Amino acid sequence: MTNTIGDIEKADVILITGSNTTENHPVLSSFVKRAVKSKGAKLIVVDPRRIKIARYAHKWLRPNLGTDVAWINGLMHVIIEEGLYAEEYVASRTVGFDELKKTVAKYTPEEVEQITGIPAQEIIDAARLYAAAAKGSILYCMGITQHTTGTDNVKSLANLAMLCGNLGIEGGGVNPLRGQNNVQGACDMGGLPDVYSGYQRVMDPEARKRMAAAWNVAELPDKPGLKVTQMMPAAHDGKLKALYIIGENPLVSDPDLNHAEKSIGNLDFLVVQDIFLTETAKLADVVLPSACFAEKEGTFANTERRVQRVRQAVDPPGQAWADWKIISAIASRMGYPMTYESSRQIMEEISRLTPSYAGISYDRIEYEGLHWPCPNAEHPGTPILHKEQFTIGKGVFHGIDYLAPAEKADEEYPLYLTTGRLLYQYHTGTMTMKTGGLNAIAPECFVEISPRDARQYDLADGVRVRIASRRGSIQARIRVSDKAVSGTVFIPFHYAQAAANRLTNAALDPISGIPEYKVCAVKLSKAA
Amino acid sequence: MSEQDLIVINGNEFSFEPGETILEVARRHSIDIPTLCHLQGAVPTGACRICVVEVQGARTLVAACATPAGRNMIVQTESAKVIQARRMVLQLLLSSGNHNCAVCGSGGGNWTEYQLKVLQAEDSDELCPVWGDCRLQELAFRYQVTGEKFEAAVTPYPMETANPFIVRDFSRCIQCGRCVQACNEIQVNQAIHFGYRGTATKIIAAGDQPYINSDCVFCGECVQVCPVGALVEKEARYRVRPWQNKKVRTTCSYCGVGCQLYLHVKDNRVVKVTGVEDVPPAYGSLCVKGRFGFDFIHSPERLKTPLIKENGEFREATWDEALDRVAGKFEAIKAQNGADSIGVLTSARITNEENYVAQKFTRAVLQTNNIDHCARL
Repeated sequence: MTNTIGDIEKADVILITGSNTTENHPVLSSFVKRAVKSKGAKLIVVDPRRIKIARYAHKWLRPNLGTDVAWINGLMHVIIEEGLYAEEYVASRTVGFDELKKTVAKYTPEEVEQITGIPAQEIIDAARLYAAAAKGSILYCMGITQHTTGTDNVKSLANLAMLCGNLGIEGGGVNPLRGQNNVQGACDMGGLPDVYSGYQRVMDPEARKRMAAAWNVAELPDKPGLKVTQMMPAAHDGKLKALYIIGENPLVSDPDLNHAEKSIGNLDFLVVQDIFLTETAKLADVVLPSACFAEKEGTFANTERRVQRVRQAVDPPGQAWADWKIISAIASRMGYPMTYESSRQIMEEISRLTPSYAGISYDRIEYEGLHWPCPNAEHPGTPILHKEQFTIGKGVFHGIDYLAPAEKADEEYPLYLTTGRLLYQYHTGTMTMKTGGLNAIAPECFVEISPRDARQYDLADGVRVRIASRRGSIQARIRVSDKAVSGTVFIPFHYAQAAANRLTNAALDPISGIPEYKVCAVKLSKAA
Repeated sequence: MSEQDLIVINGNEFSFEPGETILEVARRHSIDIPTLCHLQGAVPTGACRICVVEVQGARTLVAACATPAGRNMIVQTESAKVIQARRMVLQLLLSSGNHNCAVCGSGGGNWTEYQLKVLQAEDSDELCPVWGDCRLQELAFRYQVTGEKFEAAVTPYPMETANPFIVRDFSRCIQCGRCVQACNEIQVNQAIHFGYRGTATKIIAAGDQPYINSDCVFCGECVQVCPVGALVEKEARYRVRPWQNKKVRTTCSYCGVGCQLYLHVKDNRVVKVTGVEDVPPAYGSLCVKGRFGFDFIHSPERLKTPLIKENGEFREATWDEALDRVAGKFEAIKAQNGADSIGVLTSARITNEENYVAQKFTRAVLQTNNIDHCARL
């Protein structure tokens, strides 16, 4: 997030898109709801499903799946056309406005209605509402990024925020909501194929030299590695021979699971390090038992870049070890002694080698976490990014055209499928499915379908159906719901027995490598 | 600072900001005015009257939580009149339902008889589940009152246990309204409200339905703010006594919001989770997963030893054996197929320190940049 969670309550208008906030970030959603109910903020929700947060919205726009660039361009078209943009901000802090203006000129509200299904007048009203606010906050999640045009979608939102002068101010920002406790930290720490901790690029000879010296090795590899979504095809083709998977369950969470299973099966050696014998761990050659969050010391970085402490409350079960201890032991046995004695000692090394974490230490975050960038021990942290100027100097507008999703519904597969999470389960369910009460409320997979589609396909609530895509099929019960909009069904991806990801499309965004989980074509039939 | 900005509390002068309540000024200066219904972040209701103070020249005692500080106001927070009023409020609250915790002997009445009567009326054979962790009990002790002065009212509403997470015991509810405010003003789930009128008043969900049939999403904020034993975690009820636990503060391991929580630990087990109030980002709020979804920690299905697969079956192994196998295999594959034939998936679930070590291992030891995690998935 460019801004903080607390900042949401300072916004005059909040635009939420591609985020089922009340279910996936329940506590953060309360900041939005309070802003609306008690502080007079206006709320615009743009989502293909009539999700719960839409109940609190002044405007709910319902786009066709995968048409985000089009509606965002539509809003900017209206804002520029009506002269509602932040002229001074655009002039002094950005470049590329003319390119943007040229691109969005084509996206008249009528044109956008054709693509997105959002009535032209709604586009105009939403544009005016967002642009009229002194402080506008944009919140988005995987509904924006999990598309073949995910990067374009995010850039378009950044365009919109800059156009209205909403980046770098309190109560504004473009705020991605991170879905996992430490997805921010995993990125910050260099758990990515092209960067070391603090986003220092592996292609940069200076950075490479610095890290090699600090790590006491002669040299470090200079070309970026494979993304997770490239590792599976590489395994499939026999180029990747071994995989070491820590705390992930790709055999439920990957797209096009049938393909992923074959890829994993093709490996010479698979090590899985986890707290449970997950679907993925069952295929491993060696399984290493690790400690869960309650059994170790450390830090997580939350969605607002706040680095917070994790503390040990109980002992790990049996012989389980903290992950850092296991990794260090393997390194040592491979002739590279890693002799850390505590997580604190590792954090000291992180601060030394990571400019954005340089001022972060356990002593400083004992009571309250700090937002990175925090370049030195006196620095108070950075709750709001881009305040004086953007990291790269001026903010760059990108003129971006709409591209259709990779897969279209057709006669054979007439319905669109989108996937996501439920309030009562979490990701692949390895943790939440151990709590009886959560299972009692959300026991099994279902297909959410609109009342009209249910009538059309003659499917009653609770009936078992087979859902098939071009890649696979699963069975689940029908749930007729007002949340669904005709033509689109929704399936939660938590349940391994009826894994939605047997259906999803592994087509990737060319830049981020994120799969298009949010759009594919399916058909329904009554289960035999 | 001009003289107009001053308020006198218990003989000391304090400055205040326009709009600040007497309670806020007092708290800022560590003057303890007791509260029951007052809830940080919600609009003060002045419902319970425990926070009454004496303001010179005022006709009656005023609620400190709802009265703005005024210039030259002279306030007494523990005068005889104030104490008398608080004692009366407490006596009424203690007799409003099933509050069998009152301080023994302090009222001179028949404690045993009182206890027996209370036990008969209740579905349990023990004292109140929050004994020792109850704001009402704490205040009863502080002001040395019992519930014997007035006849105890019998609550007509049965206990609700029809959901997996929260027990609603209406006999212990003092109708302070904190849960209603927490649900409507803090979490804004708008699931519970005051229902009925007068002595029949009850906190209700969805036209007086059990939580499970209402808009309740089991965030448990109502339990967290309940000052008495009316709302209690089902799993922890009667299994955990507050003085038996140690509390360890940590960060929630579900979504990316990073709510701060206390893990309540008894006998090396996490038995209950509560939110840490007064600190960002969540100021004590949690969701159903963070508050109630912790059974996985002590699940019998947890992995406890390294496993090695032989002939398609797993067998238990020692760490030495497993680590040697992994290190040996990585070395062999690296030697035969090159470093880029190995990949590492680190995790958005583990700590920063562990992710750092994982990338260092991948780059410095394996000598490849093939490292990623599930941010994309």
